[in-house]
Amino acid sequence: MKRLLIANRGEIAVRIIRAARDLGIETVAVASDADRDAAHARLADTVISVGPAPAAKSYLRAEGIVAAAREAGADAVHPGYGFLSERADFAAAVAAAGLTFVGPDAQVIDQMGDKVRARQVAMAAGVPTVPGTADGVSDVSAAVAAAAEIGYPVMLKAAAGGGGRGIRVVSDEAELRAAFPTASGEAASAFGDGRMYLERFIRSARHVEVQVLGDGSHAIHVFERECSLQRRRQKVIEEAPAPGIDADIRAAMTSAAVRLCQQVGYRSAGTCEFLVDDHTGEFFFIEMNTRIQVEHPVTELITGIDLVAEQLRIAAGEPLSFHQTDVTKRGHAIEFRICAEDPDRGFLPGPGSIQHVELPGGPWVRTDTWLAPGSAVSPFYDSLVAKVIVWGDDRPSALRRARRALGEFVVEGVPTTTGLLTEIIDEPWFASGEFDTGTLEDWLQQRTKPGEAGATR
Amino acid sequence: MPRHEVLAPIPGVFYRRPDPGSPEYVKPGQTVTADDTVGLVEVMKSFHPVLAGVAGTVVDFAVEGESVVDPGQPVVILEVEG
Repeated sequence: MKRLLIANRGEIAVRIIRAARDLGIETVAVASDADRDAAHARLADTVISVGPAPAAKSYLRAEGIVAAAREAGADAVHPGYGFLSERADFAAAVAAAGLTFVGPDAQVIDQMGDKVRARQVAMAAGVPTVPGTADGVSDVSAAVAAAAEIGYPVMLKAAAGGGGRGIRVVSDEAELRAAFPTASGEAASAFGDGRMYLERFIRSARHVEVQVLGDGSHAIHVFERECSLQRRRQKVIEEAPAPGIDADIRAAMTSAAVRLCQQVGYRSAGTCEFLVDDHTGEFFFIEMNTRIQVEHPVTELITGIDLVAEQLRIAAGEPLSFHQTDVTKRGHAIEFRICAEDPDRGFLPGPGSIQHVELPGGPWVRTDTWLAPGSAVSPFYDSLVAKVIVWGDDRPSALRRARRALGEFVVEGVPTTTGLLTEIIDEPWFASGEFDTGTLEDWLQQRTKPGEAGATR
Repeated sequence: MPRHEVLAPIPGVFYRRPDPGSPEYVKPGQTVTADDTVGLVEVMKSFHPVLAGVAGTVVDFAVEGESVVDPGQPVVILEVEG
């Protein structure tokens, strides 16, 4: 691997360019018309224009990206996260052009990207899954029969979906009969596949995921991440190790993830997501992400492993350079996602131009961002502008450092969620690590109540 | 009858229909209430409905579907009573 094209933008493109450069690999950025002066375009050795600002006309055009890679003489393509990263047809097109795709083979992306098939793989590997349908269900009567066996409350998910879209929870048969046709219709129009997957909904669950690395022959885990704090199924704060879960449960979960990867001969970095029942301690596999995750830095900070560099080495054909016993962790790391959104206006996205920016720094503080004075937060892409990641000897010291780091973060020109994240650090439930996947939404609802009363005066 | 311009509340991409397979939210000649949705603006991967704001009759769209709009830019023209 001599020249890598990064098929992405924003902080992850910057992150990948840096990893490649650390390995002595030349970098090629792609940029839409809106991103000509963006950080990733400035940082890379070469930039190729890939079309107009809307992602559908630039970053999501697989054939345009492959053509850019050829034009630039790249021999490998890293997809980042989002955009084309989990499109099996993109991975196949890259390979068909004679280039290396930094990720698993198209066939594995296909297999693990389909929730129904991924669940079958898990069952075959002896990994526990949430009680639910083995196959996608396409009509109401089959759904009602399946739900009776699973037990309510039941969650409906698009078999071909992703990113939390189209998920519904129903608490009885009447609700299921009402919700199924709409949910299935939406899935059909969004993904071209109306099949729905039904599963038990766990009232108090933590979302914990295991980072894995595989070279096709061997697979190892790089511990877990706690990702329960979510708003509209988008993660807000992530940390490693996972607080509030016994060490033996975490050990069982990480070895389950390794079994799952060995089952498919997984090659690259990946993440196995689990739900952990807060009351019973049971864990259930939910899905696998066959790409680098937004929250990968917390794992890097507790283990000292550069996960993107490992992805690149594996893609270049090298075997894993360490054994499971070589992977050790130290201390505690927490990531805060800073978005250009206004929490006091229903998280309304606020595109605009950055007038002034000061980034946190100092010991054990890492800021992954593309922000710079004069840069523009475009209305065309997602609202993530920075990730502030801190490390500490233990969770309390990491929290103190987080408060310090977020206090140093200044952005003028667009609204951000920084103040809200600082408020969360001071909440007793966060300090004690006592939260589940519903905690943040509940807290946000209570928080907005006084403001709403004030607005109606 | 006076005209009322429905303005884009935020910058982004204006859509006349809820999804590519559905009809447009409104068509010329149709009456709307203040709470009716007349279009969507997509900004940073989230979709925000554009409400008519006043009751009236749709004259026409002021912009094409999938066009880039600025905040305060007229997107739909209504005729209102009085």
